[in-house]
Amino acid sequence: MLTHLPALAVIIPLLSAPLCLFLRRPLLAWLFTVIASGLTMLVSITLLQQVMASGTIVYEMGGWRPPWGIEYRVDRLNAYLLLIVTSISTVVLLAANTSIEKEIPRHRLTLFYVLYLLSLAGLLGVVTTGDAFNVFVFLEISSLAAYSLIALGEDRRALWAAYQYLIMGTIGATFILIGIGLLYQMTGTLNMDDLSRRLPEVSQTRTVFAAFAFIIVGVCLKVALFPLHRWLPNAYAYAPSIVTAFLAATSTKVAVYLLIRFTFSIFGISFSFTTVPLQTIFVILGLTGIFAASTTAIFQKNVKHLFAYSSVAQIGYMIVGYSISTTMGLMATLLHLFNHALMKGALFLALGAVMYRIGSVRLEQFQGLGRQMPFTMAAIVAGGLSLIGVPLTVGFVSKWYLVLAALENGWWPVAVLILLGSLLAIVYVWRIVETAYFNEPPAGRESIEEAPLGFLVPVWMLVSANIYFGMDTRLSVQVAEAASQALFGVSP
Amino acid sequence: MILGLYNYWVVVVLMMIGFYIVIAHGNLIKKIVGLSIFQTAVFIFYISIAKVDDATAPILEEGISKYSNPLPHVLILTAIVVGIATVALGLALAVRLNEAYGSIEEESIQNQDNQEC
Repeated sequence: MLTHLPALAVIIPLLSAPLCLFLRRPLLAWLFTVIASGLTMLVSITLLQQVMASGTIVYEMGGWRPPWGIEYRVDRLNAYLLLIVTSISTVVLLAANTSIEKEIPRHRLTLFYVLYLLSLAGLLGVVTTGDAFNVFVFLEISSLAAYSLIALGEDRRALWAAYQYLIMGTIGATFILIGIGLLYQMTGTLNMDDLSRRLPEVSQTRTVFAAFAFIIVGVCLKVALFPLHRWLPNAYAYAPSIVTAFLAATSTKVAVYLLIRFTFSIFGISFSFTTVPLQTIFVILGLTGIFAASTTAIFQKNVKHLFAYSSVAQIGYMIVGYSISTTMGLMATLLHLFNHALMKGALFLALGAVMYRIGSVRLEQFQGLGRQMPFTMAAIVAGGLSLIGVPLTVGFVSKWYLVLAALENGWWPVAVLILLGSLLAIVYVWRIVETAYFNEPPAGRESIEEAPLGFLVPVWMLVSANIYFGMDTRLSVQVAEAASQALFGVSP
Repeated sequence: MILGLYNYWVVVVLMMIGFYIVIAHGNLIKKIVGLSIFQTAVFIFYISIAKVDDATAPILEEGISKYSNPLPHVLILTAIVVGIATVALGLALAVRLNEAYGSIEEESIQNQDNQEC
């Protein structure tokens, strides 16, 4: 049983999805989905322990030896990502039953869970697989499910957002497909490990450069790196709250993982950062992204839009850490993957609670909420503080390492810009705080109650994780450091 | 040299036609068609790289020692399924958009959205 864990992480949600279709009662479907997601979380915790103790786990799918068969490979980075995706998914699901009863028509509830499980299976598949073509297939499974999940939003603009995301997402995925095809043409293999060994021989050919360009652009579309982020704000803003919380915390993270996997493991550091000027391009795009998206966030009237733009800015931080391309910089990026998932999970779930009580997340509707929904608002404030990077929250930990990494590399202007970017975060978080705490509730809305426990428990689980991992950084820092060292080929 | 690689030229031309339609056309159905052409070009590309000169179809037979690579065909079968799912979903969304906005023109939908904000 234990030897099959890497496959189980994908197979549990993948098989649960069609089974879930038979459960007509929404409550049953919900319980079933929570259990399936909880099981994958247990699997990933076990995997992480095994990997930290005894190194990379290799699993041969169907007993076919790689590079002929498909290989599942779980090293520290994979295990870390698995843990992020499954734990966020499980916590977010806890609130799903309460949240979607008001946002999705009753006859579609079961289908919602089916799509959710498919999307989860796709994301976990991208993370565990060691085969480049398999990545494309799982990426499309998760994306197709995500488009449909977004289209379930009650506003008609959700449909338009889903359509635009579908177009952009498919272009991105097809670019990745072209890149993988070119790599296969040059090396005759699809296994990632095998690719990394065969690529150096042919790395100076135009075909490999073209493959690199296609894959990077395709992955960056999925990452929503500025200026390829146009699909993200509307998709996050009009999707059902649960979907926003799930996707914001997981899908872009998995795309960042792909970026790291392709550049560091497959193409190799010297090709990605020396032969191709990726470092300069990414540091500029990352910093522009931080400032452009944070500034746009300040002027948003819809709070979901506001946090969606803030997500684009946070991706900018991850890309800056990544482009520093030292062990420390990459470690900051990996930490921020984990920490940003915690923050955005908490924030979007809390917004889901507001949506549940008020039916809107426009900023003017937040007036007086500080007194009417004290626990929900306190969670939003805590999440916001974490977003800014106030000490004792997780946001501080990753920004701290990011600034250290920039300084270590002698990039002090970058460090200054990172800190300035945080000031912009203060502005947009403050707008929400000001509206919620220093205004009277609008007339005719005196009797809003606190969100039900179905919301408060998962929201506060994530908020306490935000604070706990902000103080006790052993787990996240240790794993991120080990993963980053492994990527640089330094044996720990 | 150039003529010998003619299927790659077909791939590039089809790919650019498809990509151009996706970007330039405002009609949602045409966009999906463009996307489909774009993807099909990639399928042809995969099939082209599988071709080995003077080789036959990969069926075990007496007296034949050179076979074309069958793997890309299998990969593309999967990619075709993905492509069909994408087109189906895109068209379904277009139908729903038409019900909600009364139009399948990008400009008209965008205008209606801008008025709401």
